[in-house]
Amino acid sequence: MRVAENLNAALHGLLEREPDLYVLGEDVMDPYGGAFKITRGLSDRFPGRVLSTPISENAITGVAAGLALAGDGAIVEMMFGDFAALAFDQLVNFAAKSVSMYGERVPMRMVLRCPVGGGRGYGPTHSQSLQKHFLGVPGLALYEASPFHDHAEVLAEMLQRAEPCVLFEDKVLYTRPMYEVEPPFALRAADGGGTAQVSLPGADPDCVVVAGGGVAHRVLEAMRSLLVEEEIVCTLLVPSRIYPVDLELPDVRQVFVVEEGTAGGTWGAEVAHVVHQRHWSRLDGPVTLVHSADSVVPTAAHLEREVLVSAADVHRTIREKLRG
Amino acid sequence: MSAPAPPRERSRDDLPHDEGAHAPLGELPDEDLSSMLTIRAFESALLDLFDRGMLNGTTHTCLGQEYVPVALEGLLAAGDHVFSNHRGHGHYLARHRDPEGLLAEIMGRRGAVCGGVGGSQHIRRDRYLSTGVQGESLPVACGVALHLKRTEPGALACVYVGDGTFGEGAVYEALNIASLWDLPLLVVVENNGIAQSTPLAANMAGSIAGRAAAFAVEHRLVDTVDVAAIRRGLDAAVRAVRQGRPLVVEFATHRLGPHSKGDDTRSAMDIAQARAADWYPRYAAADPERFARLDAVARAHIAAVTADVVARELS
Ligand SMILES: Cc1ncc(C[n+]2csc(CCOP(=O)(O)OP(=O)(O)O)c2C)c(N)n1
Ligand SMILES: [Mg+2]
Repeated sequence: MRVAENLNAALHGLLEREPDLYVLGEDVMDPYGGAFKITRGLSDRFPGRVLSTPISENAITGVAAGLALAGDGAIVEMMFGDFAALAFDQLVNFAAKSVSMYGERVPMRMVLRCPVGGGRGYGPTHSQSLQKHFLGVPGLALYEASPFHDHAEVLAEMLQRAEPCVLFEDKVLYTRPMYEVEPPFALRAADGGGTAQVSLPGADPDCVVVAGGGVAHRVLEAMRSLLVEEEIVCTLLVPSRIYPVDLELPDVRQVFVVEEGTAGGTWGAEVAHVVHQRHWSRLDGPVTLVHSADSVVPTAAHLEREVLVSAADVHRTIREKLRG
Repeated sequence: MSAPAPPRERSRDDLPHDEGAHAPLGELPDEDLSSMLTIRAFESALLDLFDRGMLNGTTHTCLGQEYVPVALEGLLAAGDHVFSNHRGHGHYLARHRDPEGLLAEIMGRRGAVCGGVGGSQHIRRDRYLSTGVQGESLPVACGVALHLKRTEPGALACVYVGDGTFGEGAVYEALNIASLWDLPLLVVVENNGIAQSTPLAANMAGSIAGRAAAFAVEHRLVDTVDVAAIRRGLDAAVRAVRQGRPLVVEFATHRLGPHSKGDDTRSAMDIAQARAADWYPRYAAADPERFARLDAVARAHIAAVTADVVARELS
């Protein structure tokens, strides 16, 4: 099963189990089924609760917030995550604040699904990784889709939080198989928002790499080449909930955080802060951040490659840090 | 060189003037008149507290516009949702008749409706909710209306907005969706001809009616302070909202006070014009004895509430 099918199955399951759940977004209805086909088959099965909307990101996020206020649940698909910028007011100023600004907790069951990331040549306005722009908002939890988490559980957990959540889905994941890790590495999948782990069985790792689901396979490629060429053993941690950050690290002295987001005010910086506070005394030095360049994401493949974080970047950074 | 553009129509000029300014007012139950007078007394007390340095932050009074929510309340049912904005004290008081809870909220005292977190502009109680970002509540109200349409047919979502808020894109995104999806959405526009310091003519090309028409949404203009007549005039259209025909009701109204506190840059003539349109002297003249009696009760009530709340411990 591919990640896109897992997401689609998750939505089918949730709509079936929760009769007061809506799915809203541009072109989400059948036969089109969404720009990335994640909502395929939903409107035929659940008419009236799966609605194609006008091109009004701010309003549809507000509609979701209104449904949530009235006790329903709502999942909104942003056609491209970049357009979540147009929904910022409804999400940050209304939905997230509503959880606490009225003096008692107001449950808000809503999820904004955001296809993000480059690697597909869509160009600067359709390729960002927006995670960092939503960090640190009270009442807003952030998740990232991953090939190691069942999104039925992840989405159920997000709705159960009863506060607005964003699910960032790296577009390159959609066509990747679920749970695929090649030997000698082994996967320990995780429940809900928990942290999946990929490690070399029986070996003590030299370092830990924390990464969102979208770049997990790039990190795995680097882990393989580091093992073969440098005999460096890495353990990969892939949290599903990326904010608030909550990580249990194995006992290592070097930690790396890899993300596709561009330089400056990154998610990795937030992870590093948490790791420093918890584990500073046992680290050899500060957490190392690996991310894309300080740039828009260009369209041409050769230019895009220069900007986006790659397996080679991860390999080089870890080797330099551990081998000097 | 092209010819100069013809002067653009400005919506204020389109509004019919209140022909009936001196016509007799329709019969109004004591309860409604008291509600208007209580709101007036409440807002006046707030400005007084401000002058005495006893309020934190800011507040926007609805002086001059009190009759709008009182008229609407007569058309709304308990199951309807009401969304309010920055100028929302009258909306709240017309619905919940709770000056203690509201003043405690504004002052951060025990008994505050929202524990003092929300303050003047962010209040939620039952099916009433206000927020301080202009236009933001329209899409939210569409979501609630979508919920009502499916689970409580016949109920509606009512949103109060000002004329200046028609600068926000959220208003149009929401009108479009409400019209497309036949949502039970009632938009009440309090067109007081000004937004903070900017007159309508400098804020709006075209008109509110024209904007509603663009979305095939029904529009009604209310140009009277006669609460009984307003209710009669809107009754059928509000019933239609309940069947999924969204409606924009535009009140031609007047802001008597400053935008918030002490920030009135209008000319003396503009302010005098607003005063001349005030409902208060008209209702006073219509039935002086009853008016004076109810007004005295309302003022005494608010004075007692103020004395009580001011002395309470912090929320
Ligand atoms: C999005 C947004 N922009 C600006 C403001 C600041 N602001 C508060 S009230 C106001 C004027 C609103 O005018 P109008 O809609 O006519 O309502 P009125 O104050 O006349 O009742 C402004 C600019 C705001 N609260 N929200
Ligand atoms: Mg105004």
